[in-house]
Amino acid sequence: MGRVAFVGVTKRFDDVVAVDHLDLEIADQEFLVLLGPSGCGKSTALRMLAGLEDVSEGSIEIGFRGDMNNVEAKDRDLAMVFQSYALYPHMTVRRNIEFPLKSRHVPKAERDELVADAAQSLGLEALLDRKPAQLSGGQRQRVALARAIVRRPTAFLMDEPLSNLDAKLRVQTRAELIELQQRLSATFIYVTHDQVEAMTMGDRIAIMNEGRLQQVGPPQEVYDRPANVFVARFIGSPPMNTVAGEVVGDSIMVAGTAFPLPGPLAAAVRAAGCAAVVLGVRPEHLEIGADGPLPATVVVVESLGHERHVICRLDDGQMVIVRIQSDEAVPAAESTVRLSADPGQLHVFDAATELRIDA
Amino acid sequence: MPEPAPTESVLPAKANRGEHSLARRLLRYGLLTVLAFIIVFPLYITVVNSLLTPQQITSRPPTFFPKDPQWDSYSRAWNVGNMSKYLVNSAIVTAIITVGQVCTAILAAYAFAFLVFPLKRTIFAVFLATLMVPFEITIITNLTTISDLGWYNSYQGLAVPFLATGFGAFLLRQAFLQVPHDLRDAAALDGYGHFRFMTRVAVPLARPAVAALAVFAFLGAWNQYLWPLLVTEDDKYRTVQIGLKQLSRNSIDQVNVTLAGVVIAALPLVILLLVFQKQLVRGLTAGAVKG
Amino acid sequence: MISRQRRAREMSLAYFLLLPSLAIFALFVFYPFFKNFYLGLFRTPPFPGLPKTYVGFDQYSEVLSSSEFLNSLKTTIAFAIMTVPTGIVLGLGLAVLAHRQLRGVGIYRTIFSSTVATSVAVASVIFGTLFNPVVGLLPWLGIDPRPPILDNPDLALPAVAIVTIWQTLGLTFILMSSGLQTIPEDLYEAARVDGATPTRRFWQVTLPLLSPTIFFAVVVGSIFAFQTFGQIDLLTQGGPLKRTNVLTYFIVTSLRQQNNDGKAAVLAVALFSITLVLTLIQVRVLERRVHYA
Repeated sequence: MGRVAFVGVTKRFDDVVAVDHLDLEIADQEFLVLLGPSGCGKSTALRMLAGLEDVSEGSIEIGFRGDMNNVEAKDRDLAMVFQSYALYPHMTVRRNIEFPLKSRHVPKAERDELVADAAQSLGLEALLDRKPAQLSGGQRQRVALARAIVRRPTAFLMDEPLSNLDAKLRVQTRAELIELQQRLSATFIYVTHDQVEAMTMGDRIAIMNEGRLQQVGPPQEVYDRPANVFVARFIGSPPMNTVAGEVVGDSIMVAGTAFPLPGPLAAAVRAAGCAAVVLGVRPEHLEIGADGPLPATVVVVESLGHERHVICRLDDGQMVIVRIQSDEAVPAAESTVRLSADPGQLHVFDAATELRIDA
Repeated sequence: MPEPAPTESVLPAKANRGEHSLARRLLRYGLLTVLAFIIVFPLYITVVNSLLTPQQITSRPPTFFPKDPQWDSYSRAWNVGNMSKYLVNSAIVTAIITVGQVCTAILAAYAFAFLVFPLKRTIFAVFLATLMVPFEITIITNLTTISDLGWYNSYQGLAVPFLATGFGAFLLRQAFLQVPHDLRDAAALDGYGHFRFMTRVAVPLARPAVAALAVFAFLGAWNQYLWPLLVTEDDKYRTVQIGLKQLSRNSIDQVNVTLAGVVIAALPLVILLLVFQKQLVRGLTAGAVKG
Repeated sequence: MISRQRRAREMSLAYFLLLPSLAIFALFVFYPFFKNFYLGLFRTPPFPGLPKTYVGFDQYSEVLSSSEFLNSLKTTIAFAIMTVPTGIVLGLGLAVLAHRQLRGVGIYRTIFSSTVATSVAVASVIFGTLFNPVVGLLPWLGIDPRPPILDNPDLALPAVAIVTIWQTLGLTFILMSSGLQTIPEDLYEAARVDGATPTRRFWQVTLPLLSPTIFFAVVVGSIFAFQTFGQIDLLTQGGPLKRTNVLTYFIVTSLRQQNNDGKAAVLAVALFSITLVLTLIQVRVLERRVHYA
């Protein structure tokens, strides 16, 4: 019922391709996060879903009603929460929440009940007669949510709803949104550029870049097995180290040091037949020791309280970050250290296609 | 704060055709065209008629396009009809008033925005009060005053009563108040006195508002009707608007000359407004629209 | 700590800067304003050269109760009612119609704004020619009233109203367009997703958020409507049968043709008071319904 799909959807603005052949199916009651940097097409995709933008090619499917391309936004039975909340400034909170119901000519008694329910869900009972200008950012966001849930739509679309909140409120609201989605048993399609939000909230993450879908999958899968260099670098904070390397036998040569690959991966790399690769290893899978294979110079050590990030320069000039716990020894700046990597946590990408080479 | 001209950039940014089927769009274009035609028709027919002979104008069916334009109506309006003189007079008076209003407004607004002195609030209220006084209640005495000063039928008589504007002081004060405090402090440390600060910093930063005021003042002064009517007596000082009244007294068989005069009278404004569209919009909407 | 000397210097500079404006205001705005009330207290003699007689408020009550004045007042109010609401509705309609990104809409917007370049005199002569029974096109279109429009007691005032509406349409259009511009686009998008039809979006979103602009247009428009002069002077000269004898025209004819400045002064006071009261009423009644975003 709450299923939504993009089928080969492309969007062109003059000669700019904003969304390029997007195929994505979102299941009923799924919390799907559309993640990507600014300009990657995620907001455009959402707006096409809502009916606020035309589709250049392909089709949008909502529920089981088939191709929605020619159905107007007001008839799609979707609710949207805008980044700016888009609350009607001249209406009270009550009238804001009521607006979608009045547009559909819901009788007054039923309307009042639905509004009261929605207000109660979001703790807005005391604010019903205030105007948006009198509310805080967090309160306005909840009014935007109430306006969305009051109709019980097929799916909820959210366009970076947390980006206008301060950091502390953002964390709190994240949890509230997850709880809300489960309580409503609703389909949420959530657009953000913040990978922390994506990782903590999504059932699945769909990562986009330059209009193209890069990878879609549960957060842990996207973290553990990024499909290409872009995803590898985008997910994870601090980001995965990606260094240029060469295939030499069953190892990858980086800055003059050989890193042997585990058997299955080495075979796959050989089968792929490429000479230049990108080797990826997450900062937490690197260690600083006395006898590691890879020499490096410490540039700076960042202390975050619970952990430290040691930023090092390799002999060939490439930079890597190593994550150490706060109780470990802190190397001095400009000192030479030796790094080792957990061989089971190496990711290899074809340097030309940037795609993951899988064992 | 940059303001878009009243064309493309003012409109909704996202081109969205999903809502509008072809039929609806055609309907909209149709409606727009009909309305545009109705509005522009009086101007169009005026220009056309100014280029026809009086016989062509009165013959039926009417001529809608001058196949053989008669430009002599323009030279007659210009010379015999004295439009040349009237244009010069209007230009002089309008220039004096525009420059005068802008200068007095800059001076006053500077005082209100940057200086500290007693009775500031009261004096500002006095400036605003002038906006409440309608022109008609001042004309009787002003006529006498102007006469007594010997300025009846002169450029001074036409211009001097309008050299100051409460609206201008209000507008420029707003603009000056936007100048960041740090700039004033920095300028003071650099040794800028008030005069140099005013001319080198404040006014350049407030340029959009000053331009808007200038356009607004120019429009108001150029289009004035009642006061020039009362204060001028002969063609020597008559302005273009009153000149039109003279021309309109021509008989029907001179109607092409009259209309040529109308075109001549309107042309400077049309050109000015095409060039200064942005400032015009800003000046006309200051105070009416928030943000 | 600013020294007393600096403070005194700043003060004198301030007054020096304000002097030009204040001098003009004093001489040409405030002095005439107050003197005008005083002038109404004196009856002007029928022959020039004779002294004026002080009659106190008798002249006020005489003039203000005369049928001539009441007729003029009625005419002025009728004129305002004809021009202000119509002008705003038309300007708003055009602004909404042209507020879309269609190809070539810029041309339409320029045409709709174009009358802002016309003065009252230009518009009056243009329409005077159009309404003229001999050279105008109306008889050819089948509109040929007898007596001709501008000489027709029933049609003259509406005709002048049409001229005024046309002449101010450009300004109203620009004003309304600028107001529309301040309404954020995502409010319309939210309304669309919320299921609102275009009509509903207009009444529930556009109009309330445009109300400050409309309010301004009504107040300022009314003030200007009451000060109409040029069109009357050029087209109908107060006639026919005094059916277009608006207050301002009445004031000027009393002053110039009848040389009766006492009467003109009284009428001017009446004009000022009526405008002031009207503005106050509008502010009290209408501003409550204005939604400031």
